[in-house]
Amino acid sequence: MNVLAHYPYWIIILLMMAGFYMLIAHGNLILKIIGLNIFQTSVFFLYILLGKVEGGTAPILEAGFTIYSNPLPHVLILTAIVVGIATTALAAALIVRIHGAYGSIEEDDIHRQDASL
Amino acid sequence: MIAAHLSILQVVLPLTAAPLCLLARREVFAWWVSLAAAWMILVNAVLLLDRVVLLGPIGYDLGGWAAPLGIVYHVDALNGMMLLLISATAAILLPYARRSVLREIGSERAALFYAALLLCMTGLMGMTATGDAFNVFVFLEISSLSTYALIALGQDRRALTAAFQYLIMGTLGGTFILISIGFLYAATGTLNMADLAARLPLAENQRAVQTAFAFFIVGISLKLALFPLHLWLPNAYAYAPSVVTIFLAATATKVAVYVMLRFTFDLFGAHHAFAGVTLARVFPILAGLGIILASLTALYQDHVKRRFAYSSVAQIGYIVLGIALMTPSGLTAGLLHIINHALAKGALFMALGCLYFRLGSMSMSALAGAAREMPLSAAAFVIAGFSLIGVPLTAGFISKWYLLLASLEHGQWLLAVIIVGGSLLALAYVWQVIEQLYFHEPPEGRPSVTEAPSSLLIPTWILVVANVYLGIDSSLTVNLADQGMRALLEAQP
Repeated sequence: MNVLAHYPYWIIILLMMAGFYMLIAHGNLILKIIGLNIFQTSVFFLYILLGKVEGGTAPILEAGFTIYSNPLPHVLILTAIVVGIATTALAAALIVRIHGAYGSIEEDDIHRQDASL
Repeated sequence: MIAAHLSILQVVLPLTAAPLCLLARREVFAWWVSLAAAWMILVNAVLLLDRVVLLGPIGYDLGGWAAPLGIVYHVDALNGMMLLLISATAAILLPYARRSVLREIGSERAALFYAALLLCMTGLMGMTATGDAFNVFVFLEISSLSTYALIALGQDRRALTAAFQYLIMGTLGGTFILISIGFLYAATGTLNMADLAARLPLAENQRAVQTAFAFFIVGISLKLALFPLHLWLPNAYAYAPSVVTIFLAATATKVAVYVMLRFTFDLFGAHHAFAGVTLARVFPILAGLGIILASLTALYQDHVKRRFAYSSVAQIGYIVLGIALMTPSGLTAGLLHIINHALAKGALFMALGCLYFRLGSMSMSALAGAAREMPLSAAAFVIAGFSLIGVPLTAGFISKWYLLLASLEHGQWLLAVIIVGGSLLALAYVWQVIEQLYFHEPPEGRPSVTEAPSSLLIPTWILVVANVYLGIDSSLTVNLADQGMRALLEAQP
């Protein structure tokens, strides 16, 4: 069954949409960032999945193993994970400052205080 | 010897200068380091572009690892022009930045500010110079992350929420581009742009490649603030510190346009049915709507920087309009408008920065009558505003004229009407500010102000004079845009 054979991709799509929905639907800034994180993580999975070779092992030269997974997407996604951490850290710092300035991290409260946003 | 390393120096110089600023922590030192770095990369960019125009594209293998495996930089006339645009903006901006930053950010945090600004420059340069698709994403995030921090340094507390808004939308855009690059790698097994360009035509009917294109175009449209994905831009420009607004307005969205050009024309190939249809059918509609609706919105903004932020959305529409015609003349016009809009908007936001320096507010009523006490700043605003509208004898006129000719040549009467209509709306939203500056009484009880300091005025007027000079003798900019267009079309698979 073709649809079921691709189940890892379905998991990725589900995670991606869940994160995206959380990002849009929630007014709490922390929850938005968690949603963004889930969204990004689904992309990490996508990359890791791309490198997977059926029956392959970790790409380390060792007698008796001939099939290896492709390490390149894994290396690439390390970079993207670092970017994700930096984004989350910066967002958290901004939320602290927003809380200091508005006394709230709810989008509705902030909009009430500054109508032009 | 050093000539071989010009393309990498363009990125490495600001990257090395940034931690120096952080280590020193002293405002004076950080400013001198940034100034030295900015002027060095300007010289570097001029030398680089000169070589590229004379001798053809220059490649550079990072760490000596050759092309398909290693990361390469590839500079031709198109990204050479973009590198020059970024470095020239930085070189003119930094002398201006000193007093403005001291006033708006303070000496304790100034070193951090310069470090972030240099990192932002690094990111933009890297996105432009690189010949590796994944590298584009990495540099995109370097520039984006530093931009969020820079915007959050604005004095108004709304700068924080604007930065947060941009962080969310920018990260979404960046992640979409990451997904796209993943699909491209899955379909072709390479990340090198030249390799991708060679292999994608063979795989163009694969669903993965089409999905990659869809993700890419949405992601990059977010970054370049194409209507209706522009929502982050007005607040970000309005509440960021003056220096940041000037730098972003002149460079950031333009670099995103460059990346879009490179990917759609050279990688996916504009002849590719899917990419071609999007460019030719969807983009003119979005660009046209953007020009009209953003200009109309600009008319109703009381915050003057926000007003011209909306104008930036409209001007992005002009650039995209030229590109979406997909003819050589349309591309030249789009590229020309990248340069000329950077000149006009840079000068305009610099003049507004001068006014803000003394008046401390950007609301329309605060500007009333300011031309009497600050005649030079106000005059700079007027000329930059004329260039933005596209009045003859200014740089803005040249690119609008080329856009008009390109759309008529393509038989697109409606687009020509939109171009002229957008200019009329620009006349209206610029005029409202000029009227406040010149023909209104200053508000009661405002303490009298003096002209902005010369360290702010001189860079502003250099740009203003450039607007007029390049409006009279346009051979330099037209030639650059033309070379860029040729480089783009020649690299097409």
